[in-house]
Amino acid sequence: MTNAEMYNSRIVITGVGLTSPIGDSLPDLRANLLAGKSGVTEFETRYMPPVLAGVCNFDALRHQKRKEVRRGTRAGSIAVYCANEAVNDAGFDWENVAKDRVGVYLGITEHGNVETENEIYEISQFGHDTSVWSHHHNPRTVANNPAGEVTLSLGVTGPHLTVGAACAAGNAGFIQGLQMLRLGEVDMAIAGGVSESIHTFGIFASFKSQNALASHDAPAKACRPFDTDRTGIVVAEGGAICTLERLPDALARGAKIYGEIVGHAMNSDATDFVLPNRNRQAQCIDLALKRAGMTPQDIDIVSSHATATEQGDIEESSALAKIFKDHPNVAINNTKSFIGHAMGAAGAIELLGNIPAFDDGIAHATINLDQLDPNVPLTQIVANEPRQLDSVDCILNNSFGMLGINSVLIVKKYQD
Amino acid sequence: MAPEQIRQVVLDILARIAPDEDLSDLDDAVAFRDQMELDSMDFLDIVMELRKAYRVQIPEEDYENLVTMDSTVTYLTPLLKDVDA
Repeated sequence: MTNAEMYNSRIVITGVGLTSPIGDSLPDLRANLLAGKSGVTEFETRYMPPVLAGVCNFDALRHQKRKEVRRGTRAGSIAVYCANEAVNDAGFDWENVAKDRVGVYLGITEHGNVETENEIYEISQFGHDTSVWSHHHNPRTVANNPAGEVTLSLGVTGPHLTVGAACAAGNAGFIQGLQMLRLGEVDMAIAGGVSESIHTFGIFASFKSQNALASHDAPAKACRPFDTDRTGIVVAEGGAICTLERLPDALARGAKIYGEIVGHAMNSDATDFVLPNRNRQAQCIDLALKRAGMTPQDIDIVSSHATATEQGDIEESSALAKIFKDHPNVAINNTKSFIGHAMGAAGAIELLGNIPAFDDGIAHATINLDQLDPNVPLTQIVANEPRQLDSVDCILNNSFGMLGINSVLIVKKYQD
Repeated sequence: MAPEQIRQVVLDILARIAPDEDLSDLDDAVAFRDQMELDSMDFLDIVMELRKAYRVQIPEEDYENLVTMDSTVTYLTPLLKDVDA
């Protein structure tokens, strides 16, 4: 690769839009992460007693008409909100952007369960007469729906895809955008992850049947990664989307640069439907470091995936212990302890919530960590209170999912 | 159900499927599509809402009767004559 090609292959984050249970903008999310505020609440779902969930309260009508909200999906609304916020934040002269050179790449854990459950419930009110099954069902449940709603909202005529990658999807959306930019398929990527999963009872019921659904008298204490008293997963909804550009394009228009994606990797466990694999996770982290031309000592913050399941926490912490055994000062934190598991959006929200550390040098905490599980072989976890670091130049973001899908992203503070 | 009641039913349906529209000055003699944003999927919503609420099955060949408020009420009046308001 020539120097010019390498320069053009540098991909930077230039705009951020997000919604989470503790904030509908990056400043709000960051402030609540540093303040240790939980976004977990009691939530009504069908057929089951109330569950605990991370619920978003963004203003959908900020970027959609009421009719668009009604016709589309919750994932679509989340995606439209986040994408519009990101494009606005990036400072594009949107009228004059070549829309056929823009791509939309959104990670999803699943899509269509919410809409299908709704329709099955609806026809159950009519004796299961399928003639009242909605004609909106197919456009709502096609797998590209959230990304497609973004193209409708923003007039994007370039490619759009959702990337089905279970809970590794947030990183996977960014990686897809990065790759399409490097291939020259697009000049700007709207990339990230979204999830509407709290609106399907099935995800709660399935985790419950798996003995992996969190419960706690105090919702804010429910999500407890790495803690001895963990009870399982808190499901959340949310979205986080960035505008990604090639560095020369971003510099040419004087864009604000949040960070540069310098390393990425995805791999597969090939061992189990649900149980994670520490060796494959470690290999994924190692590959991302190699691609970034980095060693573990170059990483300042590790944003862990840990979901507060016993096996998940132990497998990831074992992988991290293997990679970072000689780096006692790396700060390992966890966002799910605040908001729960935002599924397809998790990796994207978790990465972006850490990005302001490039400016303030603070690693936000992992809350609800009262007693470290002795089977978690880590000494570097930022427990309960944020940690001021000397400086933060590099963040590594883990996201892992069912069927053994792993994704790792490394983002570096932008330097010439 | 009397024609005026049927008109209100249709108006309520339109308000649900087109919540951004101001229907206060709807002209009953003018096609819905010429005075509000209404595409084919919205139109099917009208048919679906009537099916759910009153078990009225409207065959596709009769859709041409649902162009204006006047024609819709005229078409629905015999179908809903025995339905309580």
